[in-house]
Amino acid sequence: MATTLSPSTPLSQDEILRYSRHLIIPEVGVDGQQKLKAARVLTVGAGGLGAPIGLYLAAAGVGTIGIVDFDIVDFSNLQRQVIHGTSDVGRPKLDSARDTILEINPNVKVVGYETKLTSENALEIFKDYDLVVDGTDNFPTRYLVNDACVLSGIPNVYASIFRFEGQAAVLALPDGPCYRCWYPEPPPPGLVPSCAEGGVLGVLPGIMGTIQAMEAIKLILGIGQPLKGRILLFDALQMKFRELKLRKNPECPVCGTQPTVTKLIDYQEFCGLRGVETAPAVSAAGALPEITAKDLKKEIDQGRDLVILDVREPHEFQIGRIPGSTLIPLGDLPKRVNELDPDRDLVVHCKMGGRSAKAVEFLRQSGFQKVRNLQGGILAWSEQVDASVPKY
Amino acid sequence: MSIKILIPTPLRPFTGRQEEVEVDGRNVGEALEGLITSHPQLRNHLFTADGKLRSFVNVYLNDEDIRYTGLQQTPVKSSDTLAIIPSIAGGCCCCC
Repeated sequence: MATTLSPSTPLSQDEILRYSRHLIIPEVGVDGQQKLKAARVLTVGAGGLGAPIGLYLAAAGVGTIGIVDFDIVDFSNLQRQVIHGTSDVGRPKLDSARDTILEINPNVKVVGYETKLTSENALEIFKDYDLVVDGTDNFPTRYLVNDACVLSGIPNVYASIFRFEGQAAVLALPDGPCYRCWYPEPPPPGLVPSCAEGGVLGVLPGIMGTIQAMEAIKLILGIGQPLKGRILLFDALQMKFRELKLRKNPECPVCGTQPTVTKLIDYQEFCGLRGVETAPAVSAAGALPEITAKDLKKEIDQGRDLVILDVREPHEFQIGRIPGSTLIPLGDLPKRVNELDPDRDLVVHCKMGGRSAKAVEFLRQSGFQKVRNLQGGILAWSEQVDASVPKY
Repeated sequence: MSIKILIPTPLRPFTGRQEEVEVDGRNVGEALEGLITSHPQLRNHLFTADGKLRSFVNVYLNDEDIRYTGLQQTPVKSSDTLAIIPSIAGGCCCCC
């Protein structure tokens, strides 16, 4: 790919000084730095992974950095999204990222796309770039980025993170595997980790994002061995890197010898999410009995005999709780269900209502008649009833 | 024959937080069967209702994807490590 880049304008005196530590590496040199200057890299997402990717590509002198993001900077982002600062809270991430990048390196051209990446716009956006760095956080966009890279013939520098663990690979190189060779299908929504298993240590996206930035720069320079045909796994707790083989699947629906996916599809539908975006916990048994936070407060004030069952994890309980609630984490419920009295009124809650919906379903199947789900979980309680319960 | 299965973070709630589980088996299928016998809650996460390994769960024997070595029939030896590698989308957390 590097050889296809057109020679760029010469470096200015200022640039020669700025990039001197690159220029004195034989593998980079003036030619390499000009390749970086001519390179056009698209970062999908300006979040945990996108932050270090943007910072390092900018500092390294990548000439054009495109960013796709339509989100707003939130306080809960700052623990890991180091391209944004406290004064950026409330601003579009795109504006905040652009300002930071230009502060690091005003020679960079930042092209912003304040939109959701979709099947309608992806190919149009991708056509102006040499490679894509995937810093997204959901399955539909992961598959969309992959397929659009394969169809556009540009590499996909991939990484993904979870708590203390990361995965990285360079996908969709002409002779290499793509994401679908690895995972032909996404997990159904019911089997993806919930809030109970969510979260990420802030440094982790920093490590994985800089691995992506390094791979992007190697591809641009055409040096070294790309992370192709293998998956790099990182375990921060063990501080171990492992490598797995990743083969190009000749039967891959996108990059195989007889592809069946030849244009972008509906990725929400592909991931089983069509129609459930607004109701993540869909009950097979129909609508679950629910109660709003305000009504729960009313019932408590009226002195109604209620058991408030909190099915979150103990570390979440520690952050904040509804007074008088009983904690039984969802995973423990089957073996601790006998601690609950089926004759009393039960209101079940979690953080946002997803896990508690599962708990309500389980309890009803276990013979509990008087059980209701707290709509919107403890976040709704915090918003509508008691603001002293912290949001997280 | 006893071999080690590495449990990824998202599945640890179903193994009592264990990161590794020792199981017996002559091949990958027997080893996985041993795993879900001792931790039944894992069954639904690893297998479809008709007993097929789910397509979004990748199983590696050492560094090799079992799809290329004979799937569940792949023989194992005691020094082997079996790893379950789930697809993860994050980002941060795909929340409910």
